[in-house]
Amino acid sequence: MEKELEKIEGRLVKSLAGGNFGDVMVVGGGISGIQAALDLANAGFKVYLVEKAPAIGGHMAQLDKTFPTNDCSMCIESPKLVECSRHPNIEIMTYTEVDRVEGEAGDFTVTLVKKPRYVDESKCTGCTLCVEYCPVECPDQYNQEISKNKAIHIYFSQAIPLVTYIDESCRYLKGRTCTVCQGICKNGAIDFNQTTEKVEIKVGAVVLSPGFEPYDPKMMGEYRYGQFANVVTSLDYERLLCATGPYEGEILRASDQKHPRKIAWIQCVGSRQVNPGGNSYCSAVCCTYTQKQVILTKDHDPGAQCTIFHNDIRSYGKDFERFYQRAENLPGVRFIRSYVSIGREIPESRNVTLRYAAAGDGVKEEEFDMVVLSVGLTPPAGFKELADKFGIDLNAHGFCKTNPLNPMETSRPGIFISGAFQGPVDIPESVVTASGAGSQCGQLLAYRRGKLANERIYPPERDVSGEDPRVGVFVCHCGANIGRVVDVPSAVEYARTLPNVVHAEENLFMCSTDAAKQISSSIREKGLNRVVVAACTPRTHEPLFRDTLREAGINQYYFDFANIREHCSWVHSKEKEEATQKAKEIIRMSVARACRLEPLQEYDLPVRKAVLVVGGGLAGMTCALSIAEQGHEVHLVEKDTELGGMARRIHYTLEGLDVQAYLRDVIRRVYRHPLIHVYTGAAVMEAGGYVGNFLTRVKSERGVTEIKHGAAVIATGAEVYKPTEYLYGKDDRVMTHLELEERIAKGEERVIGAGSLVMIQCVGCRQEDRNYCSRICCSESVKNALKLKEINPGMDIYILFRDIRTYGFKEDYYREAAGKEVRFIRYDPHDKPRVEAVENEEGRPVLRVTVTDPILGKKLEIDADAIALAAAVIPSADSKETAGLFKVSLSPDGFFQEAHVKLRPVDFSAEGVYLCGTAHYPKLMPETISQAYGAAGRVLTLLSHDTVTASGSVCEVDEGKCLSCGACITVCAYGAVDFHDTPQGRKARVNPVLCKGDGLCNTKCPTGAIRLKHYTDEEILSQIDAAWDTPAEA
Amino acid sequence: MCTGRVDLSYVVRAFLNGTDGVFIGGCHLNDCHYNTHGNYDALGMVLLCKKLMDHIGLNPERLRIERLSSSEGIRFAEAMNDFCNTVMNLGPLGKGEGIDEKELKSRLEAVADLVPYIRLVERERLRIPFKSEEGYRKFFTSDEFRRLFDETIAEKLEMSRIISLLRERPLSTGEISRKLGLTPSETSRHLISSARHGLVRYEESLKAYALA
Repeated sequence: MEKELEKIEGRLVKSLAGGNFGDVMVVGGGISGIQAALDLANAGFKVYLVEKAPAIGGHMAQLDKTFPTNDCSMCIESPKLVECSRHPNIEIMTYTEVDRVEGEAGDFTVTLVKKPRYVDESKCTGCTLCVEYCPVECPDQYNQEISKNKAIHIYFSQAIPLVTYIDESCRYLKGRTCTVCQGICKNGAIDFNQTTEKVEIKVGAVVLSPGFEPYDPKMMGEYRYGQFANVVTSLDYERLLCATGPYEGEILRASDQKHPRKIAWIQCVGSRQVNPGGNSYCSAVCCTYTQKQVILTKDHDPGAQCTIFHNDIRSYGKDFERFYQRAENLPGVRFIRSYVSIGREIPESRNVTLRYAAAGDGVKEEEFDMVVLSVGLTPPAGFKELADKFGIDLNAHGFCKTNPLNPMETSRPGIFISGAFQGPVDIPESVVTASGAGSQCGQLLAYRRGKLANERIYPPERDVSGEDPRVGVFVCHCGANIGRVVDVPSAVEYARTLPNVVHAEENLFMCSTDAAKQISSSIREKGLNRVVVAACTPRTHEPLFRDTLREAGINQYYFDFANIREHCSWVHSKEKEEATQKAKEIIRMSVARACRLEPLQEYDLPVRKAVLVVGGGLAGMTCALSIAEQGHEVHLVEKDTELGGMARRIHYTLEGLDVQAYLRDVIRRVYRHPLIHVYTGAAVMEAGGYVGNFLTRVKSERGVTEIKHGAAVIATGAEVYKPTEYLYGKDDRVMTHLELEERIAKGEERVIGAGSLVMIQCVGCRQEDRNYCSRICCSESVKNALKLKEINPGMDIYILFRDIRTYGFKEDYYREAAGKEVRFIRYDPHDKPRVEAVENEEGRPVLRVTVTDPILGKKLEIDADAIALAAAVIPSADSKETAGLFKVSLSPDGFFQEAHVKLRPVDFSAEGVYLCGTAHYPKLMPETISQAYGAAGRVLTLLSHDTVTASGSVCEVDEGKCLSCGACITVCAYGAVDFHDTPQGRKARVNPVLCKGDGLCNTKCPTGAIRLKHYTDEEILSQIDAAWDTPAEA
Repeated sequence: MCTGRVDLSYVVRAFLNGTDGVFIGGCHLNDCHYNTHGNYDALGMVLLCKKLMDHIGLNPERLRIERLSSSEGIRFAEAMNDFCNTVMNLGPLGKGEGIDEKELKSRLEAVADLVPYIRLVERERLRIPFKSEEGYRKFFTSDEFRRLFDETIAEKLEMSRIISLLRERPLSTGEISRKLGLTPSETSRHLISSARHGLVRYEESLKAYALA
């Protein structure tokens, strides 16, 4: 067995090493690079993933949790890391930098410089014995240098690759005085003779995902970072929060290792600042990550006092507004809108004082135990050299110069970018652009897809049918997620006492590569034939563990997941003893079920290489074009009689693009593309089938068409709220922001010639019934204001706002507008502006706007000639119907709900269905375009395969028991069951391809003749019985 | 696996094991993640099971179904807390209702034995007219359903309970009537019918009925 495995592994290594020749090189192994690599590898390309750090994972690996779901960051990223390392089409090269890129699109030669690790990667097992013995302590970079590590160490505990490296603090490297590690390593992996190595690799395209660098507050001395011990950055704080952090999840002060009780956050550190050392743009993520840190701090210490000193709160993303409210409503949390400066360090306590303007109370000085600087995002380190090496242009801020109509494109053809090198973005955007860059590589290299790719090879399956169950139980600490609440060692002890359990062990992270190796070797060495992992949720991690079983040579259905995190530690965090008891019970139930599991075979289903795109706006068209460019047929369905959607009403962008000209060009390309079939005036009547084989009936101007397709993309867009407020609809001088844009474009004199114009923000959203921010309106209003100032510089323009949310580089336009004397007046939602149609002193009819100016503290009256309302973006009217047809869900706000907010932002939970554009959430045009390419990239990961694998968990009939009553046939919504003739008469029969494994038929069969495999009565009843110590007789 | 896969026998087994309450969580009605709308079947099962519970003297509040989506964490917590409180207030299974343990077990076993038959009745006789929560609730409280339930399931349940009593030892008609709280004429009717099906026989020597 062992030998066979080695042989297979050997074959894999050889086939990958073949000739330093690949399809795409992804440079940067953060979440964006990882996603790009996985998508491309899954779409049939051979990928080199190059990372300059000793392990992939990027900044996401340093985060404790992710907003707005507070998912554990490592928990969701780790499966992707593992997938990369296991993927036969990805070669990971860490501790490696790009030296130069020569050639052109389709034929690049990339020269890489591989830094010496002084450890032979192929020999190191990651046992970390050397780390224990190494005498040199040095600051741990992964932990923001708060704690120490050794000169030889593994970058972080779930690192891929899980091997050590030696850094420059090593005594041998400095003065050849110590070789302890060499003596201790049993595998002889330490190799001080390693030198910098140059490698040349030929690829057809490059995806550049170098990420960002957190702003260094030492650039501005007034922040006292590095001077005052208890001033930390938000990334430092992230490590303090984290179970794998410097103090194992305890928030401690550097000065005295005590818990800070009173903590202040300072927003916009290094962002939205024009003074030297700062950056003028908004870093886009800090408001929400601070709210996350506040919520987590309160989880750690419910008595903590948290104060956030902020400017505008920019909760512009999906579910961010609710997240903000959640943080704001916690007891002991204060949000203070004020400029703030750091005062002094109090010598005795090392506390830090802050000075700020208290509302109506003058300047106040207050003492805090700890101050967190919410630092912004800056371009990656060495961005200038990076740009030179790759031959690409940068923008004024040092980020990559991008094309707003294709944000993944650089100035050099064949080199694409994804992630935060585009500018400050959060994780979903980084993932979307990664998939989008992947799709564009696919467009470029479609001709060579699949030529270098390999399939995964597994060892043959061991037949265990004759064996008694031998269960192995693996209990995960999940960092502190489980371990802090559930007594894991005692759960392991308990598991050992359960019937049929022959092995039990624990691990800090069961999903790490070394744990997977451990499971796999336990299976082989201990002859396990059933595996129970007690950890998190099958939704994210089941595929990983099933794969581990396959690699260890047993059927993947011999696996059962005991969820002791979501079902236990997370909900019972305050009742540790009871939670431990419950965890044991969950494990007991899982073991009982595992003993009854049967080996199952999966089915390969053909994939129909055509795509249905619902919605012919910019999102749908862009997505359709990218898919069609890669050689697949696309059916584009638009309900209107013309293509273009909402973009038909948009005339220019903040960046100054002519939208209509671009739209005309896109529409022309869609109509001209031989693989795109356009259906206008169309409606989806019926949608059926399943991933790879959908069948949809569309009624359109062409009549009724039946479309067979393998994938579907929902790009049905959004609508604009029709206000009932502020005289809208009663006075035609009051219009929406979109109508204002249209009137400006038409050159309507009443608008462009107005003496005074007032814009009112947040009309119809950020309120109880629409509890979200429409994201685009601040930029839209600033855009219109700038346009009007350009046409009529003398016009008085007022923007009445709650928070100006010009995130990212859009901040520069906000500043420009303020500089052009557009007046921004903040209003309170409890004291909204009032609008009346009156005559002014001269008898001229005006719209009188009354608003309280918070700075002057008095009511202002503005006589306006026109008013523009920033009306909410709302879900399209037919969203609900569409969601029903395609079996996908909607979010509480009525927008389409993606499979995972962070890591699957354009996928639905329903396989084979994807989404893009404003159907997902309001977004600006460049974001919509990114997402459209992203969805195309995801579609291609499916369409690049000839088959998809269907679950083995389907129904089967025991003909001996079948009475031919037909109950199962009547109830099956998929038509998966029919009668067939047998010598014993007519019997029910299941078509496993059509069966979806819902198991409804099982509850209807009077004799129990039909059974859903993997969820049989025996399996479930044994689990139910095991819920009690002394179950009833079976 | 769909909520509709949650079998009546699973719920009964849980009660047989001594659980005080059973909670079933599933998708919202008309928002089925399969194509089957099996959550209506789950609702039907729950309403039927509540009727059965009521019939054997268990408080139907011990069984609850809630429809929740993955984005409703807070609602889920509320529903669970509320259900836990309800069950706590009801007290331990059987004790809260004043049924002794052995009797409770025999009643639940009778229901468990009947599951295959109930499936047949469901298929043949229970035609629920509207696929709406209200339609379901209306149907399961209607006179028509009550009549059907009494004619089919209640009848068989009594026979099933008689048979499980006879499993222990032969009993006279009077003894059976007392134990099950039936009138002697009802008991004889069930016994004659069961004897005709060859399930029980009259033991002359004991002056009692015994299993055939």
